[in-house]
Amino acid sequence: MDYTFAFGALLDYWPALVRGVWLTLLLIAVGAVGGTALGVACARARTSAGPWLRAPVVAYIELIRNTPFLIQLFFIFFGLPAAGIQLGELQAACLTMVINLGAYSAEIIRAGIDATPRGQYEAGASLALSRAQIFRHIVLKPAMARIWPALSSQIVIVMLGSAVCSQIAVEELSFAANFIQSRNFRAFEAYFVVTAIYLVLALLLRQALHRLGRCLFRSPA
Amino acid sequence: MLSRTLLLPSLAALAMLVSPLARADALQDIQKAGTIKIAVPQDFPPFGSVNADLKPQGYDIDAAALIAKRLGVKLELVPVTSANRIPYLQTRKVDLVISSLGKNPEREKAIDFSQAYAPFFNGVFGPADIKAEKADDLAGKVVGVTRGSVEDIELSKIAPSAATIRRYEDNNGTITAFLSGQVQLVATGNVVAAAILAKNPPKKPETKFLIKDSPCYIGLNKGEAALQAKVNEILAQAKQDGSLSAIATKWLGAPLPAEL
Repeated sequence: MDYTFAFGALLDYWPALVRGVWLTLLLIAVGAVGGTALGVACARARTSAGPWLRAPVVAYIELIRNTPFLIQLFFIFFGLPAAGIQLGELQAACLTMVINLGAYSAEIIRAGIDATPRGQYEAGASLALSRAQIFRHIVLKPAMARIWPALSSQIVIVMLGSAVCSQIAVEELSFAANFIQSRNFRAFEAYFVVTAIYLVLALLLRQALHRLGRCLFRSPA
Repeated sequence: MLSRTLLLPSLAALAMLVSPLARADALQDIQKAGTIKIAVPQDFPPFGSVNADLKPQGYDIDAAALIAKRLGVKLELVPVTSANRIPYLQTRKVDLVISSLGKNPEREKAIDFSQAYAPFFNGVFGPADIKAEKADDLAGKVVGVTRGSVEDIELSKIAPSAATIRRYEDNNGTITAFLSGQVQLVATGNVVAAAILAKNPPKKPETKFLIKDSPCYIGLNKGEAALQAKVNEILAQAKQDGSLSAIATKWLGAPLPAEL
């Protein structure tokens, strides 16, 4: 390979990279917390609510899981203003992340809930727990513990997918790479560095989620 | 005897071939032939394109028709590309180039130019209710631009730090962001703004101010002073009586700027 790397050409742009990392972290933080909460709610609705609630939830999950993230983003950012809903690029990106992860995590969490043995519900009922208490203490916690590795993977996937938010001018990490290479024409260096940053972020996120899972869903001894 | 009778005409003929002074002037040639050949684009709307009936149309075609009419000669349009328009002129396949031609020092060495006949610039555009007459007025406003374009680089230099510049992947993203109200103003070429205006959207990109100006000129061969003077005279007249401005309004959606 006959190419001389010039990483020095990136030095002038470190504020763009720092801002990119910060926004990518912000997107995934909002996306992961909101998406998981939405997922839990949808999973509960899908497993135990009446058909009047189950139908729209199923429609939402199938709509999101069967359309591209980029199109969902464009729909919210470029499409909704026509209906009078004007969201800024960061709001639109966060909302899309939550909606997207919400649909995927709903299905992952539902799998965990479905795996709860029938006897556990009956045990809860015989202890005079309410339906909400049964769900929270007996069903959800072990279910989350079971599916936590799968959910963690999905969160990392969504973080990597946040790269497309640069398309609506959110100045996250891939925007920084595109911006830098449009200014100094050092595409190889820019993408090299940003790829490395994504890799580190993804590994750190996975590690953090692993620890968080151990902390949150440890069975009481 | 024979050689003497032939010598003089032969010399005269030779002189006509080698001496530029002996060549008839291009304006006279055009008037004598009754036809002017003008190079126009056919792949660069709104300056030149081909309509549904395969007839050329556009700003440059209308400008060519105006020149021919005021010269009182028939117009012959010669379609060219941006790469071959100057060679066509230099090899005298055409008399004039009206092909959204910008002026630069390299071209000025090769050919002569008339006055400017069409505006071509990068600028900031936006709806009438937003005031922005200069770069400093962008403070507190949101401007969309296509990342890495000439207007992005230039705007980034002149915009105040209080202005928000949103950079989109391509022209379509920039236009959509403007039309959906995600940005208040848009920095782009006047041709792009004209293309948006032509669709008559609810948000109209009207010219706010100029970022980089490179108007179009009519190109002609070097040393054609008479033709150059005549073309300039026609352009000056057309600017005064509003006929050039009417062409600008028709194809670019805005009258001829006062600087031209």
